[in-house]
Amino acid sequence: MPTHHPPRARIAALATLASALALAGCATTGGSGGTASASDAKAEAKQFAATPPGEPVYPSTYKPYPGRPTALKGATVYDGRGGVIENGVVFMSGGKITAVGGPDTPIPADVMVLDGRGKFVTPGIIDIHSHLGDYPSPGVEAHSDGNEATSPTTPEVWAEHSVWPQDPGFSRALANGGITSLQILPGSANLMGGRSVILKNVPSRTTQGMKFPGAPYGLKMACGENPKRVYGSRGRMPSTRMGNIAVDRQTWLDAIDYANAKNPKRDLAKETLVGVLKGDILVQNHCYRADEMALVLDMAKEMGYKVTAFHHAVEAYKIGDLLRENDVCAAIWADWYGFKMESYDAIMENAAYLQREGACVVIHSDDQNDIQRLNQEAAKAQAAGRRVGIDIPDAEVIEWITYNAAKAMGIAAMTGSLEAGKMADVVLWNGDPLSVYSRPEKVWIDGALMFDAMDPKRRPVSDFELGQPGEGDVK
Amino acid sequence: MKRLLAPLFLGAASALALSATPALAQDMVVTNAKLVIGDGTAPIEGGVVIVEDGKVVFAGKPAPGQRIDTAVVVDAGGAWVTPGIFATLTSLGLSDVAGVRDSNDIRAGGAPFSAALDAATAINPASQHILVHRAAGVTRAATTTLPAGSIFAGQGAIIDLDGDPQAVMQPRAFQMVNLGEGGAQLAGGSRVAAQTLLRAALREAQALVGKTGTPQTAEIVKDDEVLLGRFDAEALVPVVTGKQKLYVAVDRAADIRGVLALRQEFPKLDMVLVGATEGWLVANEIAAAGVPVIANGLVDLPETLEQLGATQSNAGRLAAAGVKVAINAATMQDPRRLPQVAGNLVALTRLPGATGMDWNHAFAAISSVPAEISGLGGKAGVLKAGAVGDVVLWDGDPLEVGSVPTKVFIGGVEQNLENHQSRLRERYRELDEGQLPEAYDW
Repeated sequence: MPTHHPPRARIAALATLASALALAGCATTGGSGGTASASDAKAEAKQFAATPPGEPVYPSTYKPYPGRPTALKGATVYDGRGGVIENGVVFMSGGKITAVGGPDTPIPADVMVLDGRGKFVTPGIIDIHSHLGDYPSPGVEAHSDGNEATSPTTPEVWAEHSVWPQDPGFSRALANGGITSLQILPGSANLMGGRSVILKNVPSRTTQGMKFPGAPYGLKMACGENPKRVYGSRGRMPSTRMGNIAVDRQTWLDAIDYANAKNPKRDLAKETLVGVLKGDILVQNHCYRADEMALVLDMAKEMGYKVTAFHHAVEAYKIGDLLRENDVCAAIWADWYGFKMESYDAIMENAAYLQREGACVVIHSDDQNDIQRLNQEAAKAQAAGRRVGIDIPDAEVIEWITYNAAKAMGIAAMTGSLEAGKMADVVLWNGDPLSVYSRPEKVWIDGALMFDAMDPKRRPVSDFELGQPGEGDVK
Repeated sequence: MKRLLAPLFLGAASALALSATPALAQDMVVTNAKLVIGDGTAPIEGGVVIVEDGKVVFAGKPAPGQRIDTAVVVDAGGAWVTPGIFATLTSLGLSDVAGVRDSNDIRAGGAPFSAALDAATAINPASQHILVHRAAGVTRAATTTLPAGSIFAGQGAIIDLDGDPQAVMQPRAFQMVNLGEGGAQLAGGSRVAAQTLLRAALREAQALVGKTGTPQTAEIVKDDEVLLGRFDAEALVPVVTGKQKLYVAVDRAADIRGVLALRQEFPKLDMVLVGATEGWLVANEIAAAGVPVIANGLVDLPETLEQLGATQSNAGRLAAAGVKVAINAATMQDPRRLPQVAGNLVALTRLPGATGMDWNHAFAAISSVPAEISGLGGKAGVLKAGAVGDVVLWDGDPLEVGSVPTKVFIGGVEQNLENHQSRLRERYRELDEGQLPEAYDW
C-alpha cells in the first residue's frame, strides 16, 4: 500500500477542519465587526428557498442497465393477470416487454433466443412489505434504522432516508426469490410510521439509484398492539386501542386544517398526510384484526382518505366482503400465526377465503428470509384453499405476488404483468414456481439480465461482503 | 384379534410384545403406501407398515402373495406414508402466545437458575402449538428453554405430540449452552467471559461427581445475577460425565473449532452443534470429531457478524463431508416448516455451485437423523421394527409446499387433527349471518 495517501488525506482533512473553523468564526462574529456588514447585505439580498413542496426531491436516478433483445420460447408463461400460455413466447427489447403470446408469436431473426422448454416464466416477483435496507443484515444496533419510534406519529420520516443499499438481503431476494420490485416500509411501532419507498431491486451505490421511477409514496400506518404497547409502556398516549384511534383522528383533523390553510408554515409530517388526502400517497396499513380493519375503514371515510392495503391482515378472511366493497387489498402471510395475541386467529385459508369473496389478495413477506420464497408462500395458501374446495388456478396465484402487489403499490401501469409496453421485469424459473423444488434461473429488470444461476459472475455481491467468508458464493 | 400369517412378521411381533402399550393403541396395518422409511433410503412403492402395541413391527415391501390380516387396515391408496417429523430444536409446549409474556415459559431471565431448569416440568400437552404441529405431521420434538439469565439454556426434553397427559418421552435429554455472540452477552460481555464461565461451570460439576445430597459448590454471581448456582452445577454433572448431551449453539467457524477443542479438556463431553452457520468452512474438522450438527437450513444472510459465511448450502456441504446433519427447527417461522426447508435443500441440487441433499436424505434430516441426535436412533423418526408407531399419511409429496397429512398416528394411536385453526376454517367456510351471527356456527 502506498504510504503517501494517508498523509495527503490527513492534510485534506485538516484543511477542511480549518475552513470550517473559519466559517464558524464568521458566523459567531457576524454583525459586530466592520468586515461582516458586506456579507450581511448580500444575505438580505438573497432569497433562501427550499425546493417547493410537491416538486421531486431525492429523485430517482435509476436508469435501466443495457439488455439484449431476448426471446424466451417454449416455457409455460404466467402473465401476472391470471393468464397462462403453454409453450409461450415472451419477447423483450429496449427494456420493455415487446410481445407475449403463443408459439407462433413473431420475433425478429437477430435476437437472443432462450429455450424455455420445461421451464416457467413469470413477471418479476414483487414484495409489498419489506424492511430490507432499513433493517439490513447484519442486524446490529448501528443498522437499526427502520422505525423512528420516538413519537406515536412520525409521518415526516421517509424510509428511503434509512435504506442502506449495501444490505446483502437485496441480492438474496433477487437470486432466490426473483424479486424485481419491493416496497420498503417504516416499522409499526408508530400509528403513522412515515413514508415508504418503492425500489427496483438493482444493486446501486445510492438509494436514489434504486428508487422506482414514477412510483407513488406510501404512508405506513399501524393498528393494534404495537403502537399502544410501545407508547403506553412509556406512560404516554396511546396505551389502548381507543387511544390509537383518537391519536389518529386528531392527527388527521390537524392535517385537514393544514391542507385548508393558506400558506401555512411548512410541516413535513402534514405534507405527507395531505399527500394521502389528495390521493397521491397510498395508505399501507399494518392491521391484524378484522374488527380493527373495519374501524380503520370508517376512520378513512370520516377523514376523507383511502386505505389501499391492510398488511399482516391475518383476520381478513372474516371480512372479505367488507374489503371487496371498499376495494382494499389484504397483504398477508401464508402461515404465520400465534406469535402475538392479534395473530391468534390466523389460518392458512385466509387467501383462499378472500379470493372466494372476490377481494384482492397480496402475499407479502415482512421478512428477509421469506422474501426469498414468496412463490412458496403463495403455493401454501393455494393448497389450503384447494383442501376446502376453493380451486384457484396457478396463474391467479402468481397474480398475488406480481400484479396485485403492483396494483396495491401504485405501479401496476408500469410493471407486475407481462404485457406489451410494460417494464421487462421477468423471471425464468427452472420449474413450476409454485413448487418447492424450483428456483429462479434468470432474472431481468427492465430487460437487463441481473441474475443468472448459470453464471457465477451474474450474481451481485454487496460491498459489505467483499473480502468476507463466502464472497460470491451461492447463497 | 387376527394375527399376521407370515413367520417373519410373527417373529417381529413377538419380539416386541413386552414393550409398553399406549392406552388406546390399536394394532394396524397401512397398506398400498408410497413408503418412506426415513433413514435416507428411497421410497418403496406398494409398501406396508405394521404397528402392534404402539410400535412398528414391520415396514417395507411385503413378500409376493403375502397375506396381511389385522384389526385395522388403512389403505393408503398409493399415497406417501412416512414416519412422523421429528422436530429439533423447538419450544413446543412451552408457550401459548410467544408475545404474551405471561404465557411464555421459554426464557427465565429473572430466575436464579439456568442449567438446572428442566423443560419437562412445564410442557403443556394441550398447547395449540402442539395441536397445530401434530396436524402438520410433527409427532416428536426436542423442546427446550432458551438461555436468558446465563449461558446455559437448561435441560431440554423429548416430547410426543399426541396430547395425552404424558407428553414427555424423555426428560432432561440434553443441556444447551450458547457460546456465540448471545452467550457472550449473557456471560457479561465477551466470548472470553462465556468460555471462562463454561469451564468454571464444568469444573464445579466435576467436583460434584459422585456426591449426593444438597450440592455444595460456589455460586458464580455478577451483581444480582446468578450465572451459576449450586443447583446449576449439579445439573451439569451428567454433562461433564458424558451421560447427558451438551448442545452448543455457535455459528462462527472459529467458535466451532473452539467447541471441538473442548473435548481435550473435558474428554467425556457428548456434544452436538446447534446452528453452525459457518459450519461448512470447518466441515472436515466437524466430521473428524464425529460431532453431529443441528444446522440452520436456509439461513443465507449475515444476520450477525458471526454468520458472515451464511449460505443455504451449509447443511448440504456438512452432510457431504460426512457430518450427521439434522435441520434446525429453531430458525424458521415455525417448526411445521421443516418439510418446506428440506424441500428447498432438494431444490439446491439443481442449482449450479450449490450443495443440497437428495430427497431421501433431506427427509431423513427431519426424521431419523434428529431422532438419532436426540439419542433415539432406531426408536423414532424411522419406520423400522422396534420404532414408535408414528405414521403419517400425506395428501402429496411431504416435502412439497402445500402438502399436509391426511392421517397421523402417534405411538399407533390415530390422532385428532382438529385445533383452533381448523375450527376457524370451518366457521368461515362461508360468510353467512343471515339467520344468526357466526358465533353460533360451531
